[in-house]
Amino acid sequence: MKLISLALVVLLGGLFMAATADFPDWGDPASPASVHVSPRYIEKTMEETSVPNIVTAVLADYRGYDTMFETAVVFTAGVACFLLLRRRDPRPGPERIYRHQATGVIVEMRHKPAKEPAGEVFARIDDDWVPHDLIIMNVCRLLIPFIQLFGLYVIAHGHHSPGGGFQGGVILGASIILLALSWDLRTAMGRLSEAATGLMSAVGVFIYAGVGAMCLAMGSNFLDYEALGPLMFVDPVHARSLGIFFVELGVGLAVMATMVLIYKNLASEGRLDQGL
Amino acid sequence: MDMAQYIPVLLTKYNYWVYITLMMIGLWAMIAKNNLVKKIIGMSIFQTAIILFYVSIGAKYGATIPILRHGHNGAHEAIRTVDYINPLPHVLMLTAIVVSVATLGVALALSIRIHRRHRTLEEDDILTQLREP
Amino acid sequence: MTQHFPALLVTAPLLCALLVSIAGWLRPRLCLPIALVGLGVATLAATGMLAQVLTSGPIGYRLGGWDPPWGIYYFLDQLNAVVAAVVAWVALVNLAASHRAVQADYEDKQGPFYTLYVLAVTGLLGMVATGDAFNLYVLLEISSLTGYALIGLGPNRAPLSSLNYLFLGTIGASFYLLGVGYLYIVTGSLNMADLAELLKPLYGSLAVTTAFSLIVVGLWMKMAFFPLHAWLPNAYSQAPGPAASLLAPLMTKVMVYVMIRMMLSVFTVDFVGTQAVLQQAVGWLAVAAIVAGALFALAQRDLKRMLAYIVVGEVGYMVGGAWLGNRIGMTGAVLHLINDAVMTFCVFLAAGCIFQKIRGTAFEDLQGLFKKMPWTMAALAVGALAIIGVPPTCGFFSKWYLIRGGLEAGHWGFVCALLFSSLVNVVLFFRLFEIAFFEPMAEGNGHGDHHGHAPAVAIAEAPLSMLLPLMAAALGLVALGLATGPLVKYVITPVMPTGLW
Repeated sequence: MKLISLALVVLLGGLFMAATADFPDWGDPASPASVHVSPRYIEKTMEETSVPNIVTAVLADYRGYDTMFETAVVFTAGVACFLLLRRRDPRPGPERIYRHQATGVIVEMRHKPAKEPAGEVFARIDDDWVPHDLIIMNVCRLLIPFIQLFGLYVIAHGHHSPGGGFQGGVILGASIILLALSWDLRTAMGRLSEAATGLMSAVGVFIYAGVGAMCLAMGSNFLDYEALGPLMFVDPVHARSLGIFFVELGVGLAVMATMVLIYKNLASEGRLDQGL
Repeated sequence: MDMAQYIPVLLTKYNYWVYITLMMIGLWAMIAKNNLVKKIIGMSIFQTAIILFYVSIGAKYGATIPILRHGHNGAHEAIRTVDYINPLPHVLMLTAIVVSVATLGVALALSIRIHRRHRTLEEDDILTQLREP
Repeated sequence: MTQHFPALLVTAPLLCALLVSIAGWLRPRLCLPIALVGLGVATLAATGMLAQVLTSGPIGYRLGGWDPPWGIYYFLDQLNAVVAAVVAWVALVNLAASHRAVQADYEDKQGPFYTLYVLAVTGLLGMVATGDAFNLYVLLEISSLTGYALIGLGPNRAPLSSLNYLFLGTIGASFYLLGVGYLYIVTGSLNMADLAELLKPLYGSLAVTTAFSLIVVGLWMKMAFFPLHAWLPNAYSQAPGPAASLLAPLMTKVMVYVMIRMMLSVFTVDFVGTQAVLQQAVGWLAVAAIVAGALFALAQRDLKRMLAYIVVGEVGYMVGGAWLGNRIGMTGAVLHLINDAVMTFCVFLAAGCIFQKIRGTAFEDLQGLFKKMPWTMAALAVGALAIIGVPPTCGFFSKWYLIRGGLEAGHWGFVCALLFSSLVNVVLFFRLFEIAFFEPMAEGNGHGDHHGHAPAVAIAEAPLSMLLPLMAAALGLVALGLATGPLVKYVITPVMPTGLW
């Protein structure tokens, strides 16, 4: 079986190799892909959208409709993970585990306590708990705000430098996941609850599609940002630039929330009580 | 034809050879591996190979990244197409990356659901379990 | 507003899917109404567009206001307008029928369930409407991802079936993407109409042939064309009822549509006609698909699995018809695409109704069902007649075109396979109805038999919210059959290319 599949794969590879004979050489500036559609993006982006980063302009304006569905794909994955994994039945084994901070004694409770033990004396821990490293916890705590600030910069500066909604959104999402990794899942959940992530991912995509629908309401084609000019008191070219900025914000929000949502459900097998 | 004629072809089209090799590794893992997570890893390699292929289409010798040089007061030099690499494959692949991340997420969620039920991710063992009443 | 129908067709369901998701967190009771509104608007737009196309010819739509090939362009002619209308109507009617089943099994997850449902329909409609090869890939992935999740939600081995579907589906979609990449590298364009022009001088090139093969094979994986069908029977028979009756009729048909679109509008018949070896091979693969689908269906002892194998055979009908290489065969394939969407919907919805009531679809569970659920079984019978191909149901007419196409092409294998599969379908459904009509009720462990007569059976029909859509689907089968003439004359004939090889 393995040999047959190996032979099949090698055969397929050979076929692909043969087809490369008709392809242009690596880095050839005269290849069809470099002379047909793309030159217009390079030459006209600045005067049509006033965005120097061509990738951003093509992504969110010329082919903005693709990108809207791309954001919807991320959102779909988040909803799918939630739908497949989220469960509310109790975990087998002890319901709660606490650790007495001063002595290290571990208390397992079969039922949920009526009142969460307050203060620094007892701390709730995961069932695969290992002693925390003070350095990791505190370094991460110090770094996370700067990571988030950088994420916001990447979103906002996507017009002028590499970056944009997807990249910035992933950085923001990663900062929350770092919190969950270095502290625990409950701490991260305390900062960004389940409902918040679920709502934010939907709202993010809604901002994108909503900007498009607003253009429709202004009597122009879907996602034709020029129509938003009169609403924002700018000329059509700057309206395109601003339109790109708004949809990038939506993308950033949706990507951040969805990354966290997927992580939470995968890490805790859908129970959201504990995990990595 | 002697071997010497093939060497320039190999050298000028090596980007395609690299992507095909990677893609075949991924495809083989998806077909031949027994462990579901290994199959998922194979799937990721497979998709990444295609991304690599697309991005390599955009390359141009002597060109820079597709971000226009511009002054602060709107003054900018004349834009020449040969100075910037083709931005379109990058845009398309941003989409493909997102799709492959999303597929990866759903695949992992499904495999957790499978593990929850069968306590294993080896396909043989799962099929044996399913065959027994 | 009418000029914005193409945008509304896809964005109204998208916006509503997002609202459904928000409502799922805040007010779960609103999920279904919002979803219905979204698909309702899409259905209106699709129907309006079909009328527009029929009266004033194809319509285009520039998304973002950019001209093709720089921006994304929607192009609707008769072919995709009618497919979009069928997809929208089937999805809407199925959504209306889904309420009880979702309530019963996934009460606390209504929000995400309906979100994914509406997103799946968004993807399907977008794939039908788009005129951009890469945009099609993105939409394909939306409907696939939602499909994996909806199928994986089912009980027992559904997650494993869904993961296998995901693997094959991802390979298929990646092949499609790679094929589009090959087209892009030799032409520099992604717009379908632009590609068709740019490809004309390149027809002899190996890269174009490879691109065509990659795209077609990728789509075959997605539509479960034999021998790439392995994922379909498990996935569709184990999916939750409402998901099965959405995906089984629509997903495969939309993929067949995409294949026909690629053959007619991107590569054009001039190119496909030169691929004689491929054409021969596909003809015989289609024969194999039809025969294998029929034989596998005979071996099943479960209604849903039997239906799933019938779908495998039906895909063979359409692919075979499209590749026959003549006008009648292509007409038959397109007509069968429309008819089969409604037929498959009818029988899968009937199976969903049965499952909803007796929690099983194995043949032993179906005994005496004609007395217990007369209306459901009547609708199933109409669906069965359509699948067998009995006039005046629509199945007869499309099969008639396919057989005539086969005769004209001189492809006797295809004609024989069609007749064989029709005969097997007769046997399949007769066997089913014999069990459901004559055998006494299974319940009570033979109490009734003991006294020599069957106990009086109370009618226990499926809820009205499921029964009415089912009746609509059954009536639709007859209506489509009666409308065959105008459908072929005004919808299918105008899109047939003049030089059909």
